[in-house]
Amino acid sequence: MRDVQDRTVRAERLSLGYRDRTIVESLDLELLAGGVTVIVGANGCGKSTLLKGLGRLLAPAGGAVTLDGRALTEVPARELARAIGVLPQQPIAPDGITVGDLIGRGRYPHQGLFRRWSAQDDAAVQEALRLTGTTELAERAVGELSGGQRQRVWIALALAQDADVMLLDEPTTFLDVAHQLEVLDLLLQLNREHGRTVVMVLHDLNLAARYADRLVVMHEGRIVAEGAPADVVTPETIELAFGLPSRVVADPVCGSPMVVPIGRFHGA
Amino acid sequence: MSTTAPRLGAGRRARARIATGVMVALLLVAGVLTLCLGDFGLTPGDVAQVLLGGGERLDRFIVTEVRLPRLVLAVLVGAAFGLSGGLFQSVLRNPLASPDVIGVTSGASVAALAALLGGASPWIVSASAFGGALLVSGVIAALSTRGGHGISGYRFVLIGIAVALMGRAVLEWVLTRSDVRDASTALSWLVGSVGNSRWPEILVLAIAMAVLLPLVAASARPLGLLESGDELATGLGAPARRLRPLLLALAVALAAAATAAAGPMAFVALIAAPVARGVLRLGRPSLGATALVGALIVAWADIVAQHALPETIAVPAGIVTGAIGAAYLLWLLATGRDRERSR
Repeated sequence: MRDVQDRTVRAERLSLGYRDRTIVESLDLELLAGGVTVIVGANGCGKSTLLKGLGRLLAPAGGAVTLDGRALTEVPARELARAIGVLPQQPIAPDGITVGDLIGRGRYPHQGLFRRWSAQDDAAVQEALRLTGTTELAERAVGELSGGQRQRVWIALALAQDADVMLLDEPTTFLDVAHQLEVLDLLLQLNREHGRTVVMVLHDLNLAARYADRLVVMHEGRIVAEGAPADVVTPETIELAFGLPSRVVADPVCGSPMVVPIGRFHGA
Repeated sequence: MSTTAPRLGAGRRARARIATGVMVALLLVAGVLTLCLGDFGLTPGDVAQVLLGGGERLDRFIVTEVRLPRLVLAVLVGAAFGLSGGLFQSVLRNPLASPDVIGVTSGASVAALAALLGGASPWIVSASAFGGALLVSGVIAALSTRGGHGISGYRFVLIGIAVALMGRAVLEWVLTRSDVRDASTALSWLVGSVGNSRWPEILVLAIAMAVLLPLVAASARPLGLLESGDELATGLGAPARRLRPLLLALAVALAAAATAAAGPMAFVALIAAPVARGVLRLGRPSLGATALVGALIVAWADIVAQHALPETIAVPAGIVTGAIGAAYLLWLLATGRDRERSR
């Protein structure tokens, strides 16, 4: 992989929505360059919408998203794709495509009208296969894979894209707990060893607190708390964002804050 | 980094090159047969002499004015329909989305037929075909994007099928109101035929394709990405929302130009791309192979229609392509659910 640049991605008074329904309103956020940012919040709080906005999948209804000070709308599409990669929540694998071919499509932003497939593209795909442990699957059809394998293939595609900033919308959905850890470990490795800036939406609060350098908590389209997990994860914040009483203890494995929810029938 | 590892799919790519070579050879054979076969049989040697500028006067006439236009038109029309269908299917992510199924060619037919019956020149016929195709596509696009969700393949196809039926009704209305002799000529055109065309019509199509093909080549590179959905494509630097209308407009123009020259030529657009994909198995759309398959289908369908059917008079090639296409459509619908499940 090539050397990664630290990129400044910033949302400035960003509003996002569909048609006349506003979901994210006038939000300011700067992504932690070279770190892992995790966005959490209740269903419908706008976290996926925010991720789409940051990844130019959704045009701002107001305000702007900037990359090193330039609005995303001003950056040429392929140049932008070399800086920011997005893995949507439910990407579609074309009929009958093999794993290797699908991952190879991640190289599109590095090619041009007169610069087709190169040895560099090949090396990037091999590297993505190796890092995600999918080398043996390369000639298999994506449709035949299990959910966990398929998710690793999609992450391999995002890796082959070789963008400085990787945005991932719930990369652990549909995975059992072992595969969830595997995917998150892989993303952390990409961040720590390869310098990628990682930004993801996660559902599991405790995994979010464990893997995030910075946690962004959203509620009704706004950021209600932002910072290191140890500072952000408090019973008050959880109550505000999820409407759920809870206790916060230290994760016995790594000391990060761990939310233990209190339901109607348990706890004091 | 494992740079020494063999490139992925090298074997498949070698296989695809061989398959392409075989298809080119088949097209050459079709060319020789088209030029040699007929009531007035010619040997390949006679034909070669004519093509090199010599030969007897009658041979010259038969080759340059009867059989060569037929061959050139078959190749151009097949390539144009094939490309148009391939673009539609990839952009709309639906194997049924081809201009002949969703009414684009029937829109072009109505307009072209009206112009033909009015005795218009080839340019006017082409222009009206383009207008008709554009109008129909505009209507389908407007109806299928209601609600602001962008162009959705499924809605586009369903609305297109309805529009195709309406186009059919208008076509029949135009036919019943026209003179019987005109109507019978028109009918053979409506089935799709490469037998009635002369150089002026072919020239119009050739010029249209000379303009359209470079545009397609320049803008269709991210075609495979569009198949993975708008979000993934946009994230990879292929802004789907901008590319879709552009690629669809090119596909409409190709279908219109081909329809104006040879009639609707049923199902060539529907089957060319899937056949090319099945033959090459590269896991991505290949427009070059799609054009080649389209040309092969029309060229061979014309040979079959002219020489291989137990008829005293030759039938239009469109009858043969229609039969092949209908069989493919049945297969597609019958096996569609299995393929859905295997996703």
